[in-house]
Amino acid sequence: MSFLSVDNVTVRYGRLTALRHASFKMVAGETLFVTGPNGAGKSTLLKAIAGVVVPVEGQIRLAGTVISGAVPEDIARRGFSMVPEGRHVFGTLTIEENLRLGAGMRADKEAVAADLAGCYEVFPMLRERRDAPAAVLSGGQQQMLVIARALMAGPQLIAIDEPSLGLAPKIIDQVYDVLLRLRDERGLTLLIVEQSSTRALLTGGRMLLMRSGEIVMEGDARDLLRGDALKQAYFG
Amino acid sequence: MTAILQIVFDALSLGSIYALGALGIALIFGVMRLVNFAHGDYISFCVFAMLVPSTDAMSEMFLGSLPTVVLVPVILLIGAGVSVLSEIVVFRRLRDANPATMMIASFALGFILKHFLLMLFSSRPKSINLWPDLSLPVEILGARLPLLQLIAIGITIIILVALSAFLKQTRFGLEMRAAAENFTMARMLGVKANRVILIAFAISGMLAASIGLLLAAQTGTADIQMGVSVMLVAFIATVIGGLGSLAGAVVAGYLIGAASVLMQVILPLEARPFRDAFVYAAVIACLIWRPQGLFAPKSAKQRV
Repeated sequence: MSFLSVDNVTVRYGRLTALRHASFKMVAGETLFVTGPNGAGKSTLLKAIAGVVVPVEGQIRLAGTVISGAVPEDIARRGFSMVPEGRHVFGTLTIEENLRLGAGMRADKEAVAADLAGCYEVFPMLRERRDAPAAVLSGGQQQMLVIARALMAGPQLIAIDEPSLGLAPKIIDQVYDVLLRLRDERGLTLLIVEQSSTRALLTGGRMLLMRSGEIVMEGDARDLLRGDALKQAYFG
Repeated sequence: MTAILQIVFDALSLGSIYALGALGIALIFGVMRLVNFAHGDYISFCVFAMLVPSTDAMSEMFLGSLPTVVLVPVILLIGAGVSVLSEIVVFRRLRDANPATMMIASFALGFILKHFLLMLFSSRPKSINLWPDLSLPVEILGARLPLLQLIAIGITIIILVALSAFLKQTRFGLEMRAAAENFTMARMLGVKANRVILIAFAISGMLAASIGLLLAAQTGTADIQMGVSVMLVAFIATVIGGLGSLAGAVVAGYLIGAASVLMQVILPLEARPFRDAFVYAAVIACLIWRPQGLFAPKSAKQRV
């Protein structure tokens, strides 16, 4: 049984078709990379799953329930956590308030406290400045905060748009360590948009290749990256 | 010295009304980018809710005859109710519409409320006898001040402290601040849009009701236009404060109150009838100096 299934989904912004008949499936606990050039529809695909844009056609199911057409807060409450591109920290809220907001829909207070402690352990910098407004953080630190905040929601599926963008290589390693550990320990499903393919090579997993709003290729990340498929997607 | 004290208290009490009004407008603008021009009519609505509907000049108290401890919560609830209803009936349907569309809708809603009151009460201002004991003067440091003025200032401070505690300390407050900064991101974290907006409307309506109570007690009249003039100044205060900034709205409300009172004192006698023109000239100067407002939040700038 697939955990996430995207079936024939089309999204339009006015007359522009940003996503055309996209279909793919994910099983629980797997890692899927989405890659492709700018404007390929990668971010639109994530936004459609998150309920931020509504598909004009097609259906999206999460754990068997149809979520296309639902509002973002309901999709989030079904265990989908989204990190959109462009570091959306709440700048006037403190770092801890940002994290607590992420955990807002969870009733298990003790688990939240444990996750918060765990989160501070992985990112000690966040603990040091937890009472500071998030706006004072540097770009890379903000990226860390939004990923930590998305994890505080205790999701079953996390979608991250460009996690590596603007982060130092060492920090990227840290972020991926956390994600992969949660995948292995809790069965967290990872849906990651990355323009750089090195991470997919290191991590492994499946990969979708997108171009001009369409999914043009799907397969094992390492196989795809070794062949000419990627080059073709960008230039062909 | 006593003259100065008098001016300070006049400025504070007038500023309190404007600050409460500006806060009510800024709260709604924060969560849904709507300038709700019906806000002023909520104020009038709450005032007239205290009277028996009739077209006579002399008014008879209806809800107004309730004891104060009951009257205040009832009027606050009426303010919250009319505000929440306008969200459910009108604004919710227009949430994804162009901001201009929402603004026009708020004008229309204001007209409907106003004409509803006109129908029941006619356009003649009525006298309203609310808490007459409070207009007795008290002496502070040699200045004779109406007790009501002190109460208005005190109540405003209590409201501001309570509201800021609500926003800082509670879960709803956290959600509301997050939603004001980035509504879509907040929703992606599970913040329920409808609930946050309803709470904002309820608080905004209660702020309108408190203004209604204070104005009715201070002026002793119920006038269908009374809310609209407050609304206009309050709206200007939110713009000067920086649209979306709650603290800015409050500070600017007090600034305009102070400017009005000061102009009244320092302008030559012949110019005093044109006081408001001078106040608005200062407003224009202020906006030329800082078009984004005194305390524009970063989020408001990014979005435009």
